[in-house]
Amino acid sequence: MSEGYPQAPTAGVPGHMAIHGAGNPHDGHSHPDHPKLQHHFDDMGQQAEASTLGMWVFLVTEIMFFGGLFMAYLLYRYRSPDGFAEASNHLNVIWGAINTIVLIVSSLTMALAVRAAQTSARPKVQVGWLIATMILGSAFLGVKVIEYADKFTHHLVPGPDFQWPGEYPAAAEMFYSLYFCMTGLHALHMIIGIGIMLVITAMAWRRQFDAAYYTPVEVAGLYWHFVDIVWIFLFPLLYLIGYHYGAH
Amino acid sequence: MATLNYLNNGHGLASWLLTKDHKRIALLYLASITVFFFIGGLFAFLIRLELLTPAGDLMTAENYNKMFTMHGVVMVFFFLIPSIPAVLGNFFIPIMLGAKDLAFPRINLISWYIYVLGGIFTLTAALSGGVDTGWTFYTPYSTAAANSHVVTAALGVFITGFSSILTGLNFIVTIHRMRAPGMTWFRMPLFVWSHYATSLIFILGTPVIAITILLVAAERVLHFGIFDPALGGDPILFQHLFWFYSHPAVYIMILPAMGVVSEIVQAFARKNIFGYSFVAFSSLAIGIIGFFVWGHHIFVAGQSVYAGMIFSILSFIVAIPSAIKVFNWTATIYRGSVSLESPMLYAFGFVGLFTIGGLTGLFLAAMGLDIHVHDTYFIVAHFHYIMVGGAIMGYLGGMHYWWPKISGKMYPEAWAKFAALIVFVGFNLTFFPQFLVGYLGMPRRYHMYPPEFQVLNVMSTLGATVLSVGYVLPMVYFTYSIFKGKPAPANPWGAKGLEWEIPSPPPTENFPVTPIVTHGTHQYAPSKEVGVV
Repeated sequence: MSEGYPQAPTAGVPGHMAIHGAGNPHDGHSHPDHPKLQHHFDDMGQQAEASTLGMWVFLVTEIMFFGGLFMAYLLYRYRSPDGFAEASNHLNVIWGAINTIVLIVSSLTMALAVRAAQTSARPKVQVGWLIATMILGSAFLGVKVIEYADKFTHHLVPGPDFQWPGEYPAAAEMFYSLYFCMTGLHALHMIIGIGIMLVITAMAWRRQFDAAYYTPVEVAGLYWHFVDIVWIFLFPLLYLIGYHYGAH
Repeated sequence: MATLNYLNNGHGLASWLLTKDHKRIALLYLASITVFFFIGGLFAFLIRLELLTPAGDLMTAENYNKMFTMHGVVMVFFFLIPSIPAVLGNFFIPIMLGAKDLAFPRINLISWYIYVLGGIFTLTAALSGGVDTGWTFYTPYSTAAANSHVVTAALGVFITGFSSILTGLNFIVTIHRMRAPGMTWFRMPLFVWSHYATSLIFILGTPVIAITILLVAAERVLHFGIFDPALGGDPILFQHLFWFYSHPAVYIMILPAMGVVSEIVQAFARKNIFGYSFVAFSSLAIGIIGFFVWGHHIFVAGQSVYAGMIFSILSFIVAIPSAIKVFNWTATIYRGSVSLESPMLYAFGFVGLFTIGGLTGLFLAAMGLDIHVHDTYFIVAHFHYIMVGGAIMGYLGGMHYWWPKISGKMYPEAWAKFAALIVFVGFNLTFFPQFLVGYLGMPRRYHMYPPEFQVLNVMSTLGATVLSVGYVLPMVYFTYSIFKGKPAPANPWGAKGLEWEIPSPPPTENFPVTPIVTHGTHQYAPSKEVGVV
């Protein structure tokens, strides 16, 4: 049996997939549609599932996007492990650790914002958690600005001005090329995330989210958690590999 | 005026440019990819004109480099990759699934604007002096040596990549979540299966070339050294990252065409596909295995011989699911009641030319032979048999098959048959001599060649002229049919599938109510009764 589907009893007669009107469970609603239901969806459940699946698929593309950079990191660190450790040693682990904590806490406030919308909490509560998330995200970016400024003053930005006092100048320049590409793209994702949060906050303020409709908050939350997880990988790979360098 | 359909439901420019109807967006794509097809064709024609004589008498070497670069960039990124998915897939996937639209209509419209924006960047690069790196943007040439429009052109490719990602995302979510009640996975048309596999490549491959292009731009603008040997970078890493996307991109071009052929073959052999689930799963197999063969582009670039052997074996393996499809189409035609309308002519053309393209691909997967023909016209002929003989044949076949549904008008069938013949003859005359001249040793990407290659090159240029006539003809009679064509019935071919059960052209919401699907979409005579015994 090569066909994985049922055969029509009388093949060749048109209209096997007759478009039924009567008896269609997706027609003739007993209750009015939710105002947020788009015309091409049958019900709110289908709409919510489509949106969350869409974000998950998008996050898969994001993994592949950062994956190219992780591949480059893997290759060059494999070629010069000592050079990467030496270069990493010049990053400020304290700032990095603070930022890691900031982001983890922001994931918590994000999750609480989703929970608030899901349980039809008052708009003030929803907006409160969203604003807390944005403040923490901005704090992360503020620390990043301090760190970047430090790199500029110490000639650690790759290019003609790059200066390296250590043993492995080429590997260090490669390390800092990757550092700026990886953290730069991560910071760009944070900025986009804060932009999304602003829109979501405005919607929450206008009482748009409750137990029947909170998909936008959930989808924005998925994105936010993803950006956090990228940092969870960046922090050890960039900051911690050189922590003990030169200490032996 | 006749009944309300998607074409006459709303008039004026804004009703098209701001539409969220997947069918109208498909037509926006149709118009824009047609423009890019003829721009890319113009570059191709100038290349063939230069190669008419052994001497470099029409253009300088630099200008010739720009011609083949722009030809490749425009054809690959702005025609072949979006062609079938963004036009036919966009139009028919929701209808075939019994849905009113794609899952994200607004994102669908945005993806068209992103495509146009990317196209503007690339055309700006072309008009402001061109790019001469080849469509592959290989480093260090693209970062250290080439002229300054690389960033503009590369950003065009980067931007249009997001259009692909969003299209793939939309298709995947639609196929998972928007199927009508009763439309189970194994009742779906094979066209939808092939687009599912294509979409997986869109979302997994495209972001990798996006980051790669970004790193090239960072190297040119910010002097980062990710791919620069002088700074400790490795240009081969670029080739790996580039082909990690760009080899699967070949399957982005061919898989949708295979889906089209699966539909056409059943409709015009009046017979169910032989081995539905094999054809469906072979699409997924091509999509997945296709991600692990990229190294066969790097056999001579310093890759280790062990890596080469593994990529060689994997490249042989990826041919198996393609062969399954070819055998199953052939078995479907076998003892069917075949009628040779124009879509079927294109499907026949596809099967024959794709087989030649695929078999020569096996030559190239064998490392020893690949070293001999690497960077010769043999390669050029091989991939044109896949991309032009395969993908464009499938695209034209699909356009002829579904044009009555899309436009609501019948095109003149005699002209269509004539054009299909012209395309087939012109194509073979253009590209078969390139196999010979390549095997004899003519390298690609040079504007001059030794005089003994002239006969074959003249044949090729002549063929390109014939081929261009074959490509202009459908545009003429399709346009003619819009104004003068007879109205198309709902099902002019007697074909099966949800799209043939709604009026031509379809109403805006496709179905008055969500249909309930009670049978598979392939309800022709079953293969097991009249097929092979």
